[in-house]
Amino acid sequence: MKTFDLAVSSVRDFNQALHDQKSTTTEKEWVATNPKGSHNIAVGLDADIAVDVQGHAGYFCAGMNKTASVTVHGNAGQGVAENMMSGTVRVKGDASQAAGATAHGGLLVIEGNAGARCGISMKGVDIVVKGDVGHMSCFMGQSGSLVVCGDAGEALGDSLYEVHIYVKGTVKSLGADCIKKDMREEHIAELTALLEKAGFDEDPTAFTRYGSARQLYTFKVDNASAY
Amino acid sequence: MSNEKNISLKESSTFDRATMAEIRRAADTGIYDIRGFGAKRKLPHFDDLLFLGASMSRYPLEGYRETCNTSVVLGDRFAKKPITIETPVTIAGMSFGALSANAKEALGRGASIVGTSTTTGDGGMTPEERGQSSKLVYQYLPSRYGMNPDDLRKADAIEVVLGQGAKPGGGGMLLGQKITDRVAQMRNLPKGIDQRSACRHPDWTGPDDLAIKIQEIREITDWQVPIYIKIGATRTYYDVKLAVKAGADVIVVDGMQGGTAATQDVFIEHVGIPTMAAIPQAVQALQEMGMHRKVQLIVSGGIRNGADVAKCMALGADAVAIGTAALVALGCNDPKWDDEYKAIGSAAGYYDDYQDGKDPAGISTQDPELSKRLDPVVAGHRLANYLRVLTLEAQTLARACGKNDLRNLEPEDLVALTVESAAMARVPLAGTTWVPGQQF
Repeated sequence: MKTFDLAVSSVRDFNQALHDQKSTTTEKEWVATNPKGSHNIAVGLDADIAVDVQGHAGYFCAGMNKTASVTVHGNAGQGVAENMMSGTVRVKGDASQAAGATAHGGLLVIEGNAGARCGISMKGVDIVVKGDVGHMSCFMGQSGSLVVCGDAGEALGDSLYEVHIYVKGTVKSLGADCIKKDMREEHIAELTALLEKAGFDEDPTAFTRYGSARQLYTFKVDNASAY
Repeated sequence: MSNEKNISLKESSTFDRATMAEIRRAADTGIYDIRGFGAKRKLPHFDDLLFLGASMSRYPLEGYRETCNTSVVLGDRFAKKPITIETPVTIAGMSFGALSANAKEALGRGASIVGTSTTTGDGGMTPEERGQSSKLVYQYLPSRYGMNPDDLRKADAIEVVLGQGAKPGGGGMLLGQKITDRVAQMRNLPKGIDQRSACRHPDWTGPDDLAIKIQEIREITDWQVPIYIKIGATRTYYDVKLAVKAGADVIVVDGMQGGTAATQDVFIEHVGIPTMAAIPQAVQALQEMGMHRKVQLIVSGGIRNGADVAKCMALGADAVAIGTAALVALGCNDPKWDDEYKAIGSAAGYYDDYQDGKDPAGISTQDPELSKRLDPVVAGHRLANYLRVLTLEAQTLARACGKNDLRNLEPEDLVALTVESAAMARVPLAGTTWVPGQQF
């Protein structure tokens, strides 16, 4: 295990050391202490390594992650795991807005609550949130799954494409073209697997599925009031 | 008799035939007009500026014997590997999706022949484009379609797009007819549906966030490549200052004549400011921050010939970018396709329905048969020829002004033909010392 004290070393030095693991992996386990909300910790990783951030992270922690497993032992700022391609990012605390934005793959687990626009424009990632998500979550979500064990804020799934959304609690309101859908067997199976991967002990049958009505897929003037 | 009768007809300037046709079209369809190309209205432009060639008070350079440098280094503020372009004319961002793969390849080939850069667009980077572009700028757009860190690291520079001149403040719409399997796959969306491109980035808002975002991109790319910020020309003075503060290596300002693949006509014609008006604002902002020439300025929007290039440089730009003109060089709107343009309700020289994907020239289409019409090697050479002409013309004008480097051209070399252009370009009305809006 290799430890970087971010009170002494810079985020640049830490990231460079992590990037250097792509060509030759010399150390599988990495720890960053004293992050104190620093931005851009562990961004652009592309190696089979595990990174523990011992404290709160600032913006874009684990941004564009590939393969690596990153755990934030605290809260994460805006855009955690944005555009992630693969691997796992876990936030032990709360996550600020735009968590998992545009992410293409991998698993993002938030053990606390997520702020506004969680999963905005997501493109294939799976996001599992133990708590609540804020307004406009999954806005223009394209593919992947968003699981919310708590409640969802206003305008959930606005202008949604093909993301599967599962919410256990209440939904303050649905966004344009987002509707409640039946939970069929394949959805129960998908949700069960996601909850298991996230390590959350929840009853999948207690969730409601939401998805796209696909009425805005082609531009029609009859839908003018929705634009 | 009939001729005399016709002469007495008077067309309304306010309700001309095009205006009335648009009213009828709107009444027929109930939907606004979406089209490609750039602003078609007449705007104050570089034609309204003239160079003051050298005579007694200035010393010209020999046209064919004394060199005039055209190469420019872009992005040496923070990047470890800035880009050197051999001509200050770059190719602007245009997407695979909006354009055919052959057209993208041709742009890369043409740019590479003359040693300049080309730029990706909404939809990501294609192997053809990367393979044929010796210097490729990767656009980082609000939609993040096709965005991935591997391509980010393959790029020679990264352009964070905040807006474009044709539609500052607007997103985009790639209509379903252009969404083939390949385009759909690159964008993670179902085939055949209309694809909306967002107008705001999903994970940051405002200049302070942007500074952190730029830092993130630099971290991911290990501070190797330059980061550009592209803005549509509106409040250019303030936007440029904020872009410098956010950490840009290069700022791209796209004036309202800049083209688009698909935008509402009302947006194209009524939002933004002319390119000529934007440059002095950008240069003033850079100069006040002590960053002129340190953060390079690339200007685009309506650049057609070497005179336009030289005028941009004289007003303080470090380089220019072309989009529409590059497509015309490839073969867009070529009269040889006139019959086919007419068959789809247009004509050579007028075609702007890039959104429909029926381009007879095989450029703004995903139709495999139409795309085949554009040979990327031949078209690439056409573009290279055109880029050479732009460069030679700009050099000709610079030498006439006694300059051995295009970037030595200066506003003092210019005068304006109209009061409007004098005010916008901040150079004197020809034959006077009067710069409207400036005190003596």
